[in-house]
Amino acid sequence: MTKASAALAVLAALLIALPALVGNYGLSVATLILYFAYTGQAWNVMMGFAGQLSLGHALYVGVGGYAAGAIFYHWGIGPWAGLWVAMALCVALGVVIGFLAFRFGISGVYFALLTIAFAEFTRIGFDHLDWTGGPGGLFLKVAQRDTWDVANFRGPPLMYYYTILFLTAAALALCAWLLKSRAGYYWQAIRENEEAAQALGINTFRWKMLAVALSAAMTSVSGVFYAFYYNNLFPEQVFNITRSIEIILGPVIGGVGTLFGPILGAVVLTVLSDSLTELLAALGWEIPGIKQVFYGVVLLAVVMFLPNGIWPAVAKRLRL
Amino acid sequence: MLEAKAIAKSFRGLRAVHAASFEVPEGGIVGLIGPNGAGKTTIFNMLAGVFAPDAGSIFFQDKPIHGLRADQVCSAGIGRTFQIVKPFAGLSVLDNVMVGAFLREKTSSGARNLSASILEKLGLGAKRDLPASSLTLPDRKRLEVARALATRPRLLLLDEVMAGLRPTECDQLVAVFREINRAEGLTILLIEHVMRAVMALAGQIVVLHHGEVIARGTPEQVVRDPAVLECYLGEETEV
Repeated sequence: MTKASAALAVLAALLIALPALVGNYGLSVATLILYFAYTGQAWNVMMGFAGQLSLGHALYVGVGGYAAGAIFYHWGIGPWAGLWVAMALCVALGVVIGFLAFRFGISGVYFALLTIAFAEFTRIGFDHLDWTGGPGGLFLKVAQRDTWDVANFRGPPLMYYYTILFLTAAALALCAWLLKSRAGYYWQAIRENEEAAQALGINTFRWKMLAVALSAAMTSVSGVFYAFYYNNLFPEQVFNITRSIEIILGPVIGGVGTLFGPILGAVVLTVLSDSLTELLAALGWEIPGIKQVFYGVVLLAVVMFLPNGIWPAVAKRLRL
Repeated sequence: MLEAKAIAKSFRGLRAVHAASFEVPEGGIVGLIGPNGAGKTTIFNMLAGVFAPDAGSIFFQDKPIHGLRADQVCSAGIGRTFQIVKPFAGLSVLDNVMVGAFLREKTSSGARNLSASILEKLGLGAKRDLPASSLTLPDRKRLEVARALATRPRLLLLDEVMAGLRPTECDQLVAVFREINRAEGLTILLIEHVMRAVMALAGQIVVLHHGEVIARGTPEQVVRDPAVLECYLGEETEV
């Protein structure tokens, strides 16, 4: 066993034992970290691997959450079935965006603008969709905290923690495998130089579409988790561009295109921002927007001193 | 093996290539020469599927390939290098070549083995784990060739791979191409300004001027052709 896989095994054991070590607050912070780690990993497939910048990933979180949430709310069908509807809808949306962009040669910043546009007009659309509660939001019945209703994904915080832990581990394994396979090589080639990639026989349209579809499918699962964990969805919140930014901050700070960047970024941001909130509360300073200012400062510092993100620097130090 | 019939291409009214016809015989090495702006790279781009010719047709192994996309042309068996090198800068040298190798080798281990052997052949074996961005220009040119070879082409299009190389480096690369041509029967079409390389490699030369083919033949015939001497080589050219 190499040093790296030994470290990974220790980390996994620690995370499995974590609920016994920390209280409810600690568990909710850990759940939040893992949620951002998983979602960041999903975004990373598209941007980090294939080089397609999405600034509208809240679209897939929102549509995924609303789809599974509404199916449960109206018909009582649990998320294990609703998940597939959510995924299918998000893949379809991703394919539409991808087709419009890649077929008509919209790339770079313009592609990013297109992803924002889709997230924005989906937000406006949901504001007018009475079936999902319109701007007033969709509310799921709050879970009984002491019974594990696995079929309907209702239960104590522990259930959500282990679910998102499993998802994060699965996404990490999937991405590790993808990077070593033909898909990973082709995506990175497209990211580095699309013309050269095409000259080597790569159907760049098809592989970019695949990256978008996979990223959308993975992100839709985040949405389903979000809906059943928080029990409420508002168009104004879930589709907001700040949500999309929140998703990409982890991987950007951790290291775009790396396997552990999204995870490390999620840990750093969530822990720092929560301790800042605590610190400010202890000092009695109630300053609105301080968290955003803080995010900005961290982002600035990382971009200036570690433009490739924190993980590559850490990996170098650890000689991984 | 490759046949271009009266292909033409204009850019906004500027006639880059006009009714150019030539052939590349199976197993041969053909040089495409001409002054700057003669239309050499435009012809390459048409052959490689970067854009389609406005008129005319291109046949590869008796099948029409004009109008195919670049990736389809590559799949059909035509590999190319770029005059302005385009390495995947963030990837290692080996990974660069593996991207090409995946066209015919579906497994990572198969692609890795093929790539490693090609890198050895081109003298890049010791640098396989370095990032491509750290390579010098001559090595980047070799990497271009290695990547194209990894797609296992039947025909290789080389766009000025000798430019910027020192004479000894140039001779080394010439020897590599000769060896691949002889041992594997790889057909080569090269654009080249370095006459030393063209003369050493090409069995046939096609001379392009103002988008038209003005001469073709063996290197010896071409350098004595008065039309070629006048427009391109000049009187003082040493061969």
